[in-house]
Amino acid sequence: MGYALNFNLIWRHFDKLWGGLLLSLELAVISIAIGTVIGLVLAVWYVSAGRVVRAIIAAYVEFIRNVPLILLVYLVFYGVPTVVDLAYSAPTSFVLTLSVYSGAYLVEVFRSGLEAVPRGQLDAGKAIGLTPWQRLIHVRLPTMLRITLPALSNTFISLFKDTSIASVISVPELTFGAQWINFNTFRIVEVYLVTTAMYLLTGYILLFGLRLVERRFRAAR
Amino acid sequence: MASQILYALPFLAKGFAVTLWVSLLVVTLSLVAGVLLGVGLIYGPAPLRWAVRIFSDTIRGIPILVLMFFVYYGLPAIGLHLPSFWAAVLALTLFKTAQVIEYLRGAVASIPKGQSEAAMAIGLTFRQRLTSVIFPQAFRRFLPPWINGVTDAVKGSALVSLLGITDLMQAINQVIGRTYEAMPLYILGALIYFAVNYALSLASRRLERRFAFIRE
Repeated sequence: MGYALNFNLIWRHFDKLWGGLLLSLELAVISIAIGTVIGLVLAVWYVSAGRVVRAIIAAYVEFIRNVPLILLVYLVFYGVPTVVDLAYSAPTSFVLTLSVYSGAYLVEVFRSGLEAVPRGQLDAGKAIGLTPWQRLIHVRLPTMLRITLPALSNTFISLFKDTSIASVISVPELTFGAQWINFNTFRIVEVYLVTTAMYLLTGYILLFGLRLVERRFRAAR
Repeated sequence: MASQILYALPFLAKGFAVTLWVSLLVVTLSLVAGVLLGVGLIYGPAPLRWAVRIFSDTIRGIPILVLMFFVYYGLPAIGLHLPSFWAAVLALTLFKTAQVIEYLRGAVASIPKGQSEAAMAIGLTFRQRLTSVIFPQAFRRFLPPWINGVTDAVKGSALVSLLGITDLMQAINQVIGRTYEAMPLYILGALIYFAVNYALSLASRRLERRFAFIRE
């Protein structure tokens, strides 16, 4: 190949990658937390709402899911501050975008989970005299969570990978760190090999953890 | 404002054509590569199966952006010089290929084993079993997720703007650089992407229904 691998410069600047990975995880965790709240609230609302509310929630979901994330990131960071008097940092802007983005995906996951809750469970809840609110908290949501956990794990991991888009507005997460080392040391193959390994490893650790949670809940029947 | 955007429309249209062209190339090339590698993964000898499995899991485990920079900056470093357009198409195609492999694997796995055994019992060759028994049945399991995945290719193509290719995304950014009309142009761009992808997802839902009632 005529290319000698030399990882020395990568290790010298490894803090860029390690710090970047931590920031990626932080962005993912905060956005997913907010997105989960958005998703849960809208999904519960959707299944019991009238036609108008349903149409509005569906419009939100369809719009977000059919537009590239990078465009939404630009729109929130460069576009929104030109029309409303708001100032926010790039990381805040990205968290905002990814929260709204993940919310749209999670509404779909939760909604299909809610619709898969067996009718008999709700009737049983009604029969023992639970109020609608108690039925939601003690019957519907726990059953729905158990049904959706595998799909939820996949969505979470895919959202973690989506944090790489934050690099386009100079948020110093892992992909940005990799690019920095790429442009400043030209150890191109090495830096992307290490970055690939870091994303893969983190993804697998996340997946392993989520699978444990799934098994834990599957056992509790 | 309106006149500036009207003035920019032909330029945006050119960018849009690049977006469609990139998407079309990626979708076609990945279909061919994905089906070949997918058959390798399902029926190939162990070393090939392992190679395809590692390829697919690695590619699907990293952000598409990292893969794109790896290909774009990495290939010249090892002495392979591709024009930036083709480097971008190659990276997106690699990513999509991994998805196609998994769609195919899932589709073929959903065909009952008895089908393939019956085909063997009546003396069909491997090739005949694939083309006359397995693939026709697997096809309708493969089609809906694959068409759904076409919208991913269109959305993913927006990343080529980061490699200096003037697709729709990059055209929008350039027009904003001239006119400072960020919000209207981003919204216009979002609507264009939405229109294309929404049409595709409606088509996929229709196909899903169309193929749902054919029973084995």
